[in-house]
Amino acid sequence: MKNIKQFALGTAVALGVGLSGAMTTAVQAEDSNYVPLLTYRTGPYAGSGIHIANGMHDYLQMLNERDGGIGGVKLAIEECETGYNAQKGVECYEATKGKGALVYNPYSTGITLQLIPKAGVDKIPVLSMGYGLSAAAVGSTFPWIFNVPDTYWDGASVVIKYIGEQEGGLENLKGKKIGYIFLDAGYGREPLPLLEQLAEKYGFELLQYPVPGAEMQNQSSQWLNVRRDRPDYMVMWGWGAMNPTAVKEAVKIRFPMDKFIGVWWSAGDDDAAAGGEGAKGYKALNFSGVGPDFPALDDIKKLVVDAGKSSTDASSIGSTLYNRGVLNSVIIAEGIRTAQELTGKKVITGEDMRLGLEALNLDEARLAELGLKGFAHPMKVTCEDHAGSNPVFIQEWDGKKWRQASDWIEPMTDVVRPLLEQAAAEYAEKNAPWPARTEPCPN
Amino acid sequence: MFYREAGQFKTSYKADQALFPILQDRVGLAVILITAFAVIPALANDFFLTSIMIPFLVFSLAAIGLNILTGFCGQLSLGTGAFMGVGAYAAYKLTSIFPDANVIVMVLLSGVFSAAIGAIFGLPSLRIKGLYLAVTTLAAQFFLEWCFIRIPWLYNYNASGAIEVPHREVFGIVATGAEATPLARYFIVLGITVLITFLMANVLRGRIGRSWMMIRDMDIAAELMGIRPLQTKLMAFAVSSYICGVAGAMMVFFWLNAAEPSSYSIRLSFQVLFMVILGGLGSLGGAFMGAAFIWILPVVLKFVPGLLGFDLAAETVEHATFMIIGALIIFFLIVEPHGFARLWQIAKQKLRVWPFPY
Repeated sequence: MKNIKQFALGTAVALGVGLSGAMTTAVQAEDSNYVPLLTYRTGPYAGSGIHIANGMHDYLQMLNERDGGIGGVKLAIEECETGYNAQKGVECYEATKGKGALVYNPYSTGITLQLIPKAGVDKIPVLSMGYGLSAAAVGSTFPWIFNVPDTYWDGASVVIKYIGEQEGGLENLKGKKIGYIFLDAGYGREPLPLLEQLAEKYGFELLQYPVPGAEMQNQSSQWLNVRRDRPDYMVMWGWGAMNPTAVKEAVKIRFPMDKFIGVWWSAGDDDAAAGGEGAKGYKALNFSGVGPDFPALDDIKKLVVDAGKSSTDASSIGSTLYNRGVLNSVIIAEGIRTAQELTGKKVITGEDMRLGLEALNLDEARLAELGLKGFAHPMKVTCEDHAGSNPVFIQEWDGKKWRQASDWIEPMTDVVRPLLEQAAAEYAEKNAPWPARTEPCPN
Repeated sequence: MFYREAGQFKTSYKADQALFPILQDRVGLAVILITAFAVIPALANDFFLTSIMIPFLVFSLAAIGLNILTGFCGQLSLGTGAFMGVGAYAAYKLTSIFPDANVIVMVLLSGVFSAAIGAIFGLPSLRIKGLYLAVTTLAAQFFLEWCFIRIPWLYNYNASGAIEVPHREVFGIVATGAEATPLARYFIVLGITVLITFLMANVLRGRIGRSWMMIRDMDIAAELMGIRPLQTKLMAFAVSSYICGVAGAMMVFFWLNAAEPSSYSIRLSFQVLFMVILGGLGSLGGAFMGAAFIWILPVVLKFVPGLLGFDLAAETVEHATFMIIGALIIFFLIVEPHGFARLWQIAKQKLRVWPFPY
């Protein structure tokens, strides 16, 4: 025992010495554009996070392999594991921002909220693609935050519009019951003001079924209530392990799956597959391409995945969340390219990147050029509107894979935009003195 | 040889009762304080301050808070995370109601609210002991977390449901918000932590601290000797929750800048409890050592593969870190169940008799 204790002492001393010596930061090469990716391949949300992380990484890696980076400059890609944990997210941010980071994609509402005030101070834009703070769409208040192509409020309005279409017109929603099952956190609660407003406007009843984050794998009580209330439609705002659980429970109580609609973060292949044969007909919003049949994805498969330069399983290429990650990286890459064109520099800074993202114009011709024709709706960022409220579509699970089930549906911008403006003004007021926009507008 | 107090004679009661009677301890403490107040600010970069030192100090303070309750008064609690949350939300409400008030004062005041809540949830401790008490404090954890989510007044009706720390200045220096320099935040956190630690070190050797320890060691005997369990236990709950509350407020104000209710989940309670157990129950120094082990070591371990030239994927490093930390926890608890504080005592004794151990 004595020896073991001595060994323990020695270990403790060695650890202490090691701590003091280990702190040096890697130096970034001068001739590359550094893109840190805050990803999570561990923890309760890894099931969703791994596909996103793979998609983001693989597209950028493919640009390095195929084109030698962007504008002749290689991309330095570094992943930092956040585990969807806000503490670790901030740690990742602090660890990477000094290396000339161009843009951050936190993939967590909690981390996004922490980075929003820092973005303007550290001069590094945040790209929260279809998540985060909806109000950030107001570019005059949040010049450093981008949430193309849509905010949650856009998504919620599309769901209601789609349900209206199914019922033969929004006026037929009167007297209907729409259930809303959501992750009981900032993310799931955010659409509530809009849904309540629409409920009042169109006369439907909104039933709420919150799912606490700690118990997202046990939703039997919520679905028991669903069975009792018999809503005409169910709408879901879930993430991570909450999605497959909800689909499974819905199948179990024999809820008509074609009347169950998830947000774009509840649109994973694994989420729907969890319900087995019974999940057939489950619907979800989406704004990134369905399936692997795009030339750019073929390039990824050939140059990155088959070449063993990624941890992606080849069969997951083309899954919803993988494609979502790819779209995220397309926006990053196009932002960098636009910034290079605007500034004439090859190696850009966070400030240049902000200009590039604000001047982003991903039109149909450009998408086709990238080998991603029809992969996303053409999107354009303006200085006033950082989200763009772009149309989204509904996809349906056929038991094996997703297929597109509707055309592109425009969000109700007339309802959403005033809410966004109001929320942005409130945010600025609560966080007074919020800096007024001084950044130049590139377009 | 190194720790021999031979020749250090005490000639007055004052010297005999000093907080650190041995010269070597005083020198050691002075070195630590000089390092913390002068060397680290002079040499450290932003990453070291914001991701290592500030969280380390915040967690140390929280561990001291829990240590008072669990280590000194013997009441097991799993509600630390929630009590930290109460402090954070109280400080947030206070600073939004009084935007011009000094934010440091607000942070210190916020602890009062969590002390009150802590005392209320401490009431069952008069009837319930040990693991059963842990279950009732677990109820506090879940109830308070529910409040953070469901009472929109607490987070000023923000659409995001999170609290975001506004820009505040103290004596003309930006103290909170995104513009606050890591150095300013570090000094505030360090100041508060050192102040509270010093206060507690004195309280713990006085009448109050001793009555807590009597309750811990044998409550019936303590009662027979005139210690009132109601007041003593509730005071331990209140003081512990106060310190945890201040730590929680510092966590969001000077470290994270924004917090969701999930930041104060049961995970945080366990994190702090592990720091206390690993550092050593009933030891202030142990709280610091435990916090360093649980917080700093994983952060540093992440850099080790890169320094050694291994190119590992981020998640592999994360998994490896989990395993190494887990193995080390088991290892240290097997060789020394009383934690790092006890290990340090053994080390001191060894240094004392070195090089001729007997």
